Amino acid sequence: MLLFIARRGLYTIFSLIAATAIVFFLSRAQGDPRNVLITGYFSQEIWDAWGVEMGLNKPLIVQYLIWLKNALLGDFGTSINAARPAWDLIQDRIPATLQLAGVSWALSFLVGIPLGVVSAVNRASFWDYFARIFALVGQALPPFWLGLMLILLFSVQLDLLPAGTRGGPANYVLPCVTLAWTAASGNVRLMRSSMLEVLDSEFVKLAKVKGAAHNRVVWKHAARNAMIAPLTYSGLILAAFMAGTVVTETVFAWPGIGRLAVDSVMQTDFPVMTGVVLVLTAIYLLVALAIDILYAFVDPRIRIS
Amino acid sequence: MSTNYELIADLEREPSFLAKTFRDLPVVPIVILSVIIFAAVFAPFLAPHDPEYASLADRNAEPFWVSGSTGEFPLGADALGRDVLSRIIYGTRISLLVSFVAIVTGVAIGGVLGMVAGYVGSHTDEFIMRLCDISLAIPYILIALVAVIIFGQSVPVLLAILAFSTWSAFARQVRAETLVLKQLDYVSLAKVAGCSHFRILAKHILPGVVNTIVVIATLRVGAVIMFEAILSYLGAGIPPPTPSWGSMVSDGRDYLPTAWWIAFFPGVAIFLTVTALNFMGDWLRDKLDPRLRQSV
Repeated sequence: MLLFIARRGLYTIFSLIAATAIVFFLSRAQGDPRNVLITGYFSQEIWDAWGVEMGLNKPLIVQYLIWLKNALLGDFGTSINAARPAWDLIQDRIPATLQLAGVSWALSFLVGIPLGVVSAVNRASFWDYFARIFALVGQALPPFWLGLMLILLFSVQLDLLPAGTRGGPANYVLPCVTLAWTAASGNVRLMRSSMLEVLDSEFVKLAKVKGAAHNRVVWKHAARNAMIAPLTYSGLILAAFMAGTVVTETVFAWPGIGRLAVDSVMQTDFPVMTGVVLVLTAIYLLVALAIDILYAFVDPRIRIS
Repeated sequence: MSTNYELIADLEREPSFLAKTFRDLPVVPIVILSVIIFAAVFAPFLAPHDPEYASLADRNAEPFWVSGSTGEFPLGADALGRDVLSRIIYGTRISLLVSFVAIVTGVAIGGVLGMVAGYVGSHTDEFIMRLCDISLAIPYILIALVAVIIFGQSVPVLLAILAFSTWSAFARQVRAETLVLKQLDYVSLAKVAGCSHFRILAKHILPGVVNTIVVIATLRVGAVIMFEAILSYLGAGIPPPTPSWGSMVSDGRDYLPTAWWIAFFPGVAIFLTVTALNFMGDWLRDKLDPRLRQSV
């Protein structure tokens, strides 16, 4: 078990290094960061002094390792535009993103799982068709377009809900629906197909035969076992949310890390940019790691393979 | 009497191969996809206007059914006075080009790596699968945004990023399939007969994984089109003024209250295309590779 955790942990670190290294080397490929920093007239001495101070006279790979070491110690460098430590900027934005992603994640389960169960139990009923259309639409809607159309309908036309930024609970409705719909669709589809399989299995038939109440059979015996597939998928959903928040936060002017990423790219603020990539990738990888370890605890077969 | 037997025989006869293959053929998705391919090929003949021609006199012109419209622009005009319908028609070209190149590259990289991983096994397998894991963890949207700052908006860079974001899906499934195939007797026989590894992979394994590749490719096309649209929306996709559905929605963002059609119709085009592709993918999967049904 310990060996399993150690191996998974090692892969997590490798992935993190790969993602940040790509961004770091890309950002250096653009040219000398001094070009962005120093404006106006300057002498060769100042130029060289900056180079030594920023460690630019060292080989690229050494520069990356220095950056990585500092980043692990919580120093992401100084934001070029805001003249504040990049980590401070990122830190300020993390709660907004976690709230948006967390609420949407919960929403995608609360809607997706029951809908999947109901549609599998009552095949070809109204709710089955409703669930299938819900999932079909959700998997093909462009998230940015869905967001804009929700704003057009509920904010501009009906004037019911606010269109952007954080605030009261009402501000969460449109961004969360935008982010959660696709994920809820995946849950509906997975839950439906795995429910159909479980409902057909011997132990469910036995439960029926021994006279357990219908609702008890469906929710306690079948649904609990069918949950495994959507739970595995939950890690992937989170990965999709990491990308999804970039779009949703841009559409709704949500002050989270996704928007910070877009803004920092537009302003060529590389310390912030690389920091955001590190943080977003780290969140995703840690969740994936947690799910893997949880699985290894629950299902011993995973540990061995 | 004999007629009864004939009747029974008739009932028991297996449906023909063709009838079986085309049972529950998804007609609507096929029609939608045909229309899109047709539009992409014949765009210059179909589009009523030059998609990049701007005339400020026609800015935000209404679609034909809105009163006061001249009807010159069937789906309205955008803020620069460009015809929305013509831009959607030309936009099919970008979507198809992007998805074709990204999928073909993804299949080539992922298919080869997946077959090698499954066939060779041991450390090679481990290494390739870890590369897959790493690829899954990389936030490609952010990488694409950074790349745009460095290289500018460029089609080749965009295609490379899309291809890199899609190969791992193929590698995983092809590897799983190869692991099963290489255990089969005919592969062992080929080894005994002295076939080279390359020949075994190309002649005996590859035909067995083609079904999987076709199914995943169809399901991935929708994802690639969506990814390109998202990047174009964020300003990191196809460079303007070339029409792309994602950037058209972005163009209409600031005019939602007054000229909703600028953002609305390109989004509908994306939605219909991706829906049709998902339908096709599901249908192909049920036909060719029912074991994949559990995956999303």
